[in-house]
Amino acid sequence: MAWLTANFGYVLQLAGLHLYQSVVPLALSFIIAIPLAQLARVNRTFKGFILSAGSILYTIPSLALFVILPAILGTRILDIANIIVALTIYAVALLVRSTVDALNSIDDGIRQAAVAVGYKPLFRFLTVDLPLSLPVLFAGLRVISVSNISLVSVGALIGISSFGTLFTDGLQRDFITEIVVGIAGTLLLALLMDILLVLLQRLLTPWLRSAPATAGAVTV
Amino acid sequence: MRFLDTLDGYSSDNPVVQGYEWLTDPQNWQGPSGIPVRTVEHLGYTGLTLLIALAIAVPIGLYVGHTGRGRVVVIALAGILRALPTLGLLTLFVLLAGLGLMPPIWALVLLAVPPILGGTYAGISSVSPDAVDAARSMGMTEAQILFRVEVPNGLAVILGGFRAGVLQVVATVAVVAYIDLGGLGRFLIDGLAVSDYGRVFGGAVVIAVLAITIDAVLAGLQRLAISPGLRDSRQQPGDWQTGSEPVTAGVQGGNP
Repeated sequence: MAWLTANFGYVLQLAGLHLYQSVVPLALSFIIAIPLAQLARVNRTFKGFILSAGSILYTIPSLALFVILPAILGTRILDIANIIVALTIYAVALLVRSTVDALNSIDDGIRQAAVAVGYKPLFRFLTVDLPLSLPVLFAGLRVISVSNISLVSVGALIGISSFGTLFTDGLQRDFITEIVVGIAGTLLLALLMDILLVLLQRLLTPWLRSAPATAGAVTV
Repeated sequence: MRFLDTLDGYSSDNPVVQGYEWLTDPQNWQGPSGIPVRTVEHLGYTGLTLLIALAIAVPIGLYVGHTGRGRVVVIALAGILRALPTLGLLTLFVLLAGLGLMPPIWALVLLAVPPILGGTYAGISSVSPDAVDAARSMGMTEAQILFRVEVPNGLAVILGGFRAGVLQVVATVAVVAYIDLGGLGRFLIDGLAVSDYGRVFGGAVVIAVLAITIDAVLAGLQRLAISPGLRDSRQQPGDWQTGSEPVTAGVQGGNP
């Protein structure tokens, strides 16, 4: 505990780096996965390609991907971009699959109704299809958020600072407090991000909040 | 490429070329620190971890799935275990229990248990209650119901969880090299330490190929193990779009 108070600034700085490396891929994957999923939905060949490419990329162990990427991207091995690109790849691979399912699960009658009242394709996608698939999208984002936050620490092995630095440093110095602080910090970050995502989802899907209440009222 | 220009032994400073040269150098394919031996070590750690994890997770998963008791506890526990950072667990176990084979193996077991337990539980509880009731009304004992009705019907999901667990362990064993064990991760950790990027890149490619191969083999086994009758009757018209493929690593969210 004394160590934590003495080094609070340092821990906070690592928390910031950790958060940055896990949140940026989350946001990027959201932006990338949605158009890819829509393309996959309309084109079956593309769907087969993107889903199998995704599952192969997802299979590559993180440590391996972290060091393969610099060779492909031309970045330095110590570049934080390697972590961000790697985690974005995992996140997109996971999110495209669930987004395709989400878009497919929308009742076709709703789409036809939107077209009938004059929605143009893009506008319909953004205001009808996308909001209706948000619950599934957010379920995916929550899984990704937890796994990203846990994976970021592996980057410490190739010298990129995060809570993972506390693990490598703690091991070298034989100092258990540092490792425990790192683990607790990681869990705390994961929990905070999860709460944030749940709140964001509730904010974006207000129609879901009233649904269980009415369903309950009917059964009573 | 803005890599450090340590050309020693390589014809180029491009890490891809260096990696290729490292992989094709016969010297890296023999001896106690060659690729074959490291691969066997890697698979050995993975196998040992999985044996222990299966022995823990499958009975609990079957029990919880069949009886429905302790459902909340299992789900919460799996969530917390999933959020735990791999590297933190490994280093913590080493500091608590010392170097050697078993401390990291126990850390790996902790990582492998959530997907296997979650998959087993989800598989069993996904079986239609009608099928279970029918079996019970025909006079099957609870054990018969579990092993002749619930396990075969839930096998796709159970094996999906197992696949996610295997991938997780294969990936994490690469990290184990950091704490003085063997396995393919050695090439990455040692290569980085001496700025030998050919070894780092080549080793990473070997790990990636190993993981993809194992997953492909497991996918094949999964297909073989699932009763053909199930595959046809479950395939309702229109069902293809909700993903007829059994739960994969991605859906399970096991992290690599």
